[in-house]
Amino acid sequence: MFEIRLHSRGGQGGVTAAKLIAYAAFLDGKYATATPLYGAERRGAPVVSFIRIDDRPIRVYSQIRNPDLVIVLDESIMELVDVLKGLKPDGEVFVNSQKGTCVEGHRTYPVDLTSISLSLDLVLAGNPILNTPLIGAIAKLGVISQESAKQVIAETFRDERNVEAALRAYEELKI
Amino acid sequence: MLTFGTGNKAVAMAVRDAKPVVVAAYPITPQTEIVEELANYVTDGSLDARYIPVESEHSSMAACIGAAATGVRTFTATSSHGLVYMCEMLHMSAGARLPIVMANANRSIGPGWNIGAEHTDSISMRDTGWLQVYVSSVQEAYDVTLMAFRIAEHTDVLLPVMINLDGFLLTHITQTFETVEPDDFIPPIATPHAIDINNPGGYGTLTPGDTHFKFRRDIERGMQASIPVIEETEADFARRFGREYHLYDEYRMEDADVVIIAMGTFGKEMEVAVDILREEGIRAGAIRMRWFRPFITPDLDGKDVVVIDRDYSFGFGGVVANELQAKCGCKPFSVIAGLGGQEVTYDDIAEFVRIQRPGTEHWFGVDD
Repeated sequence: MFEIRLHSRGGQGGVTAAKLIAYAAFLDGKYATATPLYGAERRGAPVVSFIRIDDRPIRVYSQIRNPDLVIVLDESIMELVDVLKGLKPDGEVFVNSQKGTCVEGHRTYPVDLTSISLSLDLVLAGNPILNTPLIGAIAKLGVISQESAKQVIAETFRDERNVEAALRAYEELKI
Repeated sequence: MLTFGTGNKAVAMAVRDAKPVVVAAYPITPQTEIVEELANYVTDGSLDARYIPVESEHSSMAACIGAAATGVRTFTATSSHGLVYMCEMLHMSAGARLPIVMANANRSIGPGWNIGAEHTDSISMRDTGWLQVYVSSVQEAYDVTLMAFRIAEHTDVLLPVMINLDGFLLTHITQTFETVEPDDFIPPIATPHAIDINNPGGYGTLTPGDTHFKFRRDIERGMQASIPVIEETEADFARRFGREYHLYDEYRMEDADVVIIAMGTFGKEMEVAVDILREEGIRAGAIRMRWFRPFITPDLDGKDVVVIDRDYSFGFGGVVANELQAKCGCKPFSVIAGLGGQEVTYDDIAEFVRIQRPGTEHWFGVDD
């Protein structure tokens, strides 16, 4: 089972991003679950979502304690929350970063999703849309296939710029 | 059709496929998505029903009672404070033998204010005469919602059915599930005591004690008659659609010395705990209780029993543990866990088995 923990701020689209990644895995023929963790969050507060992907039906409903991959949609959260908590020794980190942030001891993939969205004017309610470039980047990591990533974006967002954002993030992520 | 969605969405899609005539609803976290989806289906024409937005849960059940009394299929959904607010109407609907179907997103009751999963809301409605089923996956939420209409409306039963799904853990998780074309799986509703609106009559007027007494026993007869109806409905569902359900789920029970028992999503997670314990050489098995009313008693003879209750009856104990003890004569290790959405993992569940002391009670995370 491949387990992902996604850190974001309320209103950034982290919960939707988790659903879309799981949906792409479903299109790849895998079993997948996406679970948001709800508390007293509101806009701007740190929130967490979980994604599980497996070849067999998933029986686990509790939170992910030892993720294989941590996704951070807002790097300022790293000052508030220990995003590396429980990360497997060989676990990897994806950070939406404008300054190439890397964490010690873990392979880190910094990509500037925010600038990609802003350059394409992908803005919703004053916030850059981070879901679609994120899906492109995650496809580069091999968690989901490129084809499924494209299909998820096409089904969910009508605007072609979302596909462009995903492609740019795919290119910018260096393996 | 294979699809992907939340537990709430699966319930809404099953309701759409069961074609109720009246949906009356009041929103409450974490079930709101169910009634929002149903409102969408009514708006886009995929569900030809009257959607009645009401001002409270007491009214949503009252509206369902009124509609069901005329012999039409009805549905509503609620949770937590909404469920306990409609308590009076729950007694009314079962007493009037109206086959209403309702989804309840299991959620704790405040104070302190909390929206996490807990079974105390539905379990405190134990004696209303409603059938209660607890599901453990998005697929089961879809399948059981379809089956609930057929079971409730069966003329041997004629009692309302409450489908319980763990708040957030199941209402908000996104999973793969398969929808079906029910066709004639749910026969047309034929409530024998339906009121003819063109020639109205009344029910439930002043009833003397001896008659009232008989009506009470008839509710119990309906409840007992529901057991073969549930079995027959589940068997027909398996024949038509290929997914099997039983009165309770067994996991690795063949040679088990110790059995873990729970309802809802714990019932899936504990399978992983059983696998872990088996690797340690502990012959563990699991039984997931699906029906709480009617209470189905599994054969636990000679086994150690660990029961996880996501509920509590103050002055008494964990409800499932104590009801099992009363029915089976076993001495369970009664674990109280997960109240208010408290995080409980398969590792924690495995540990309950390792530390079990038959006949005692253990509050997870509170007792050492």
